[in-house]
Amino acid sequence: MKFELRGITKRFPGVVANDGVNLSISTGEVLALIGENGAGKSTLMNVLYGIYRADAGELLIDGSPVRFTSPADAIAAGIGMVHQHFMLVPVMTVAENVVLGVEPTRRLGMLDIAEARRKVREVSDKYKLELDPDAVIEDLPVGVRQRVEIVKVLMRDAKIVVFDEPTAVLTPSEILEFFEIVRALVAAGKGVIFITHKLKEALTIADRINVLRRGKVVGEATPRTTDEKKIAEMMVGRAVQLVVDKTTAAPGASVLSLRDVSVVEPDGRTVVDSVSFEVRAGEIVGIAGVQGNGQTELVEAIAGLRRVASGSISLGGREITADSPRERHAAGMAHIPEDRQRQGLVVDMSITENLVLTRYHNAEFSHGMLMDWAAAKEKSRAMVASYDIRTSDPAQAASTLSGGNQQKLIVARELSRDITLAVAAQPTRGIDVGSIEYVHAQMVKERDAGVAMLVVSTELDEVMSLSDRVFVMYRGKIVADLDPRSVSHMDVGLYMAGSRPGGAAA
Amino acid sequence: MNETLKSLRFTLLAVLAALIVSAFIIVITDIEALGNGDFATPFRTLATAYWGLFKGSFGSLRAISNTITGATPLLLAGLAVSSAFKAGLFNIGATGQMLAGAMGGLWVGFAFRLPPVIHVPLALLAAAVGGALYGAIPGALKARTGAHEVITTIMLNGIASFTVLWLLKTEAFKREGRDDAISKFVEDSAKLPKLFGFMGKRIDLLAHYGFVVAVLATVAFWWLLRKTTLGFEMQATGFNQDAARYAGMRTKSLMVVSMAIAGAFGGLAGGSEVLGLYGYASATVAGDIGFDAIAVALLGRSTPVGTLVSALLFGALQAGGRQMQVDTDVPIDLIIVLRALIVMFIAAPLLVKAMFRVRGEATAFGQTFRGWGG
Repeated sequence: MKFELRGITKRFPGVVANDGVNLSISTGEVLALIGENGAGKSTLMNVLYGIYRADAGELLIDGSPVRFTSPADAIAAGIGMVHQHFMLVPVMTVAENVVLGVEPTRRLGMLDIAEARRKVREVSDKYKLELDPDAVIEDLPVGVRQRVEIVKVLMRDAKIVVFDEPTAVLTPSEILEFFEIVRALVAAGKGVIFITHKLKEALTIADRINVLRRGKVVGEATPRTTDEKKIAEMMVGRAVQLVVDKTTAAPGASVLSLRDVSVVEPDGRTVVDSVSFEVRAGEIVGIAGVQGNGQTELVEAIAGLRRVASGSISLGGREITADSPRERHAAGMAHIPEDRQRQGLVVDMSITENLVLTRYHNAEFSHGMLMDWAAAKEKSRAMVASYDIRTSDPAQAASTLSGGNQQKLIVARELSRDITLAVAAQPTRGIDVGSIEYVHAQMVKERDAGVAMLVVSTELDEVMSLSDRVFVMYRGKIVADLDPRSVSHMDVGLYMAGSRPGGAAA
Repeated sequence: MNETLKSLRFTLLAVLAALIVSAFIIVITDIEALGNGDFATPFRTLATAYWGLFKGSFGSLRAISNTITGATPLLLAGLAVSSAFKAGLFNIGATGQMLAGAMGGLWVGFAFRLPPVIHVPLALLAAAVGGALYGAIPGALKARTGAHEVITTIMLNGIASFTVLWLLKTEAFKREGRDDAISKFVEDSAKLPKLFGFMGKRIDLLAHYGFVVAVLATVAFWWLLRKTTLGFEMQATGFNQDAARYAGMRTKSLMVVSMAIAGAFGGLAGGSEVLGLYGYASATVAGDIGFDAIAVALLGRSTPVGTLVSALLFGALQAGGRQMQVDTDVPIDLIIVLRALIVMFIAAPLLVKAMFRVRGEATAFGQTFRGWGG
């Protein structure tokens, strides 16, 4: 089967999300669709899957035009989609989830769960997915949940399977397993569309790569004839620095010091388990780890947003364990939080208001109880210019900014203060290559100016290329202290999975 | 078109939609005439009713005075809801805060003899403080224990009603020679002057300086939001409490302070009724105003100007509704229907969009409701 999109154009008020896009996928091949956030990948997939109707252009299956008015049409035509955010019911079993909506029934509408189990086992065996039909979703790791989504698609006889950013939530070893599954799908005669913004993955798994920028296909390539740099240039439209450009660190005195810090959840679980480390002036310390191993709680404890059960935290030699977030700000701590929409910004407020969010109370922007909005506006105009935040007007709501620019706003706000320590959690999550480059450069600049940097990220590449020292966090503990120049990605990956290079589990 | 204009247009369309549906109700409820095949009479009734609605609200000085009289407590109580809402709190307790304020103003009003220039401000201050203290309770309960303010403010309304009922029967408050729950009169020196007092002794012009207090309170609310660090903190907390906490704001004390400010507005609403309109207090001094205030704040999208305009609209409907009832057989209850319809259309922007074929997004409008029960 060959599935084609010809001249697809989709407009939204004020933007052309897709502009005359041509795309084709045949069974038995992997097509990677790569592009920055906002390049139009999701819109295109929604057109392909029958969620949006294109303003112009046509869809063809084996040369004859088809028309999708809903995902049901797309499914009937043999198109399956594995969404980035899984659509599973956590309290139900694998078999129950898989048949949700297409339940096999016996007489009187009785659910035939045995039949569902049998089907799951059949598909699972065929593609080596190793799924237990009776496992409850909430007990399963993310990688396995993704396989449940894949089974759902396969059980509806999909011939073309679309994966929307499938690796975003996976660990390095899960990613490798995922690639095996993709290869098994292709071997069984399925066609795969793989949407991503990660260059390496596209090069590893795809037969062909299409690059999307500003709604248009700006380039096509095969992994044999291209490399990361060329694709990145096509994505961004200019030369890009992929490797973080930095010199060897010249660490100074200890700035942040943690002594046996533990954090306990209200339900009694210890999420951070007597962690001790130091971050010195002029160095970047990276903490690698799979999401959910206590990194979030550790960062919140350092920032003063979460109570420490035991242990002590000091900043510049002074104990700050009991200090409020504001006292820590005043002591020279900057915090780039993990979730910019939930924590880093008040998205309904203006860019200016967000730029002064952590220092409106300083004499620079307020006198007594009165705000000095004129000063804030002036400062925000200057910061928008110097930190390259793309907006037509700083009086607009922060929600109007793209993800990358929202992150630049937070970076600008936090790093432009008078600081000795910056704690950055997932500083480049979900932002485009150009913005990542920018954020990394700013962080290195601060390091070189003598600021102590603590970077927590689930992106192993980021931690490895940015950090001067790498810690691995697993189940609330720091399990490794490594030199990124002398350790392999694979070995760090093993620590992240709780084992040690060369054998036994930690 | 900018957001303010867009929301104003939607609000006006919602009011228009409500008037159209109410017109339909007036016509079809005249079953008798319609059954006889008489279509002219119901439409004549409709015309008379809506004309009465206008005449009774803006058609004469007396009508305008009535509109203002009705709008005064609605505006102040509306600010009690709006200001809390800006801080992300849903204040259903305007009734209780009004009663607390009414008692404060009342007591200062009858217990002292002072020159008016001191007595009036002092009585108003007592009303504001009474309301603020009563408003701070649900704020503190939420900050301390996480108890949801919707529940606690409703409960505190009940507590306030019965406390007032008891208080009005105590020797200190009770009017001599009366056995029912009715208070002493406040001293003349504590009374808010009549707004149209310069017109001579016209006793039918009830509007009083409480309206000036309410407008000044609206300005104060605007100033708080736009010009002060506290207002900035309140709004940041209202939009995103996690971000406010991250930014180092003391979100728990902000809850208490925001509710105290809301309570102060509510207290002034109660105080101005006692000191401006009645000159005494009864158990029903707050009436349904505390609940109508929720609709006022909603319609005004919790902004200072919006709350002012919608309070005037509700005041006008109330004043005009009485005239309508006099001129036709249409009962004043229709005003309740009309107000309910306005709120319903506000809550259903997609419906208004469909009715008037308005293009574009309705999301900004729907945001009025964010934070409910949150």
